[in-house]
Amino acid sequence: MGRKRDILLAALILLGIWEVSALLLNSMALPEPWMVLLDSAGKIANGSLLDDLAISCLRALLGIALALITAVPLGLMIGAEEGLRRRLSPFIYLLYPVPHVVLLPLIIILFGIGNFSKIFLIALIVFFQILVTTRDAAKNIHRNYFLAMQTLGASRLQIYRHVILPATLPKILTAMRISIGTAVAILFFVESFATTKGLGYIIMDSWGRADYVALYTGISCMAALGFGLYLLLDRVERKVCAWTQSD
Amino acid sequence: MITAQSANLSFSHGGADHPVLREISFQIEAESSCAIIGPSGCGKTSLLFLLAGLLQPDSGTITIAGQPRSGTILQNFGLFPWKTVYQNIGLGLVLKGVEKKRIQQKVEQLLIEMGLTGFGAHYPGQLSGGMQQRVAIARALAVEPQILFMDEPLSSLDALTRERLQNLIQEIRLKKNITMVLVTHAIEEAVFLGRRIIVLSGRPGRVLRIVDNPQAGSADYRQSDIFFHRCVELREILKGEDYGQET
Repeated sequence: MGRKRDILLAALILLGIWEVSALLLNSMALPEPWMVLLDSAGKIANGSLLDDLAISCLRALLGIALALITAVPLGLMIGAEEGLRRRLSPFIYLLYPVPHVVLLPLIIILFGIGNFSKIFLIALIVFFQILVTTRDAAKNIHRNYFLAMQTLGASRLQIYRHVILPATLPKILTAMRISIGTAVAILFFVESFATTKGLGYIIMDSWGRADYVALYTGISCMAALGFGLYLLLDRVERKVCAWTQSD
Repeated sequence: MITAQSANLSFSHGGADHPVLREISFQIEAESSCAIIGPSGCGKTSLLFLLAGLLQPDSGTITIAGQPRSGTILQNFGLFPWKTVYQNIGLGLVLKGVEKKRIQQKVEQLLIEMGLTGFGAHYPGQLSGGMQQRVAIARALAVEPQILFMDEPLSSLDALTRERLQNLIQEIRLKKNITMVLVTHAIEEAVFLGRRIIVLSGRPGRVLRIVDNPQAGSADYRQSDIFFHRCVELREILKGEDYGQET
């Protein structure tokens, strides 16, 4: 309960700083928080913002999910199977530092300007973050755990299920925590062109129309989206990694 | 009956072969107990792993008559921190595909037997060293082994807990007629638990002497003169070797 109260307090302080800055600056470029709140509430109530929020949320979630279901199994295998690690690590070494966001034109040429390209780019960028963390975590599992499984007569598949996956899970979740920030940033990037839906579009559109209250509504919703995903991950972590909280 | 005949083992480090064990020959009677003792780094653990089938000898043979079920307790327990006490104990049975109800019965019975009632839902990280060791013993016992291999199972515990667990191990062995092979660097532990004591030399480990210790397992053995004299005898044998730190 104490943690929740602290977070609420921090949020109020940030809003306070915003309010004071807006009053001091007295500029159209920085509306007061209550104006943004009123605008958001109105747009959510009449339904015009919900579509954008939903589609942005969906794009981010699908992007992360796509990265997760590909990067985690691959990362675990590369980390745990020495032969595979030797063969594939050089490729990862070369491909990881590439700023994948520059592949956007190529992705659009290949997959068009629809939702899939947007989701794919988010997935691609998050994929490498999760892959590298998962691989390293799987590589560094203590030998004792494998020995213990061997003494119990476990098959390779059982070792993945009972040791490799649970041992790396905390690290995978940390990677996801970092990925959420990245995913929302990329989301803004991919929604800033060739679309008329999504929070990124709202931000760019209201910026173009110099509608600053709407601009801040978009920004606040984007922030709320990131925060929501973060909270969701917290939930998941408490559920699947109960043991790390017990030490 | 376990028979090791001129078993050799070596590991290669950077191209050169370093023998770990040389010309090891001995027998262990079924339903008896055997302690393997020797200086640090003499290959005790390797020998235990050979017997348990976790390593294969370079030459020589190790035969265990009748292919009995075996359980192994590793140094530092080898418990899985992401599994509860209950899940750790039941793991061997889960891996064998035993039905849930049977597992539940077995685990609950072991929790009582090991004095762990009420701790089934705890994680190993929440338990003391002595209790963790009880969990490790329970996990090995869950598969109803006929042979129990133990690698310095009590080395990280304080003296009192250690004695208590030695008594517990002794009780279990006698009650369940288990053949027990124990690796230890503690002289008193070897004398208390091993009806036969195999003394290894420094690296590469050879059998220095096999000491018969038929009184092991009797009540109040620790307080008897024979116990004291046998400890002195072992200390004398080991003194010839480099046995600095543990004495």
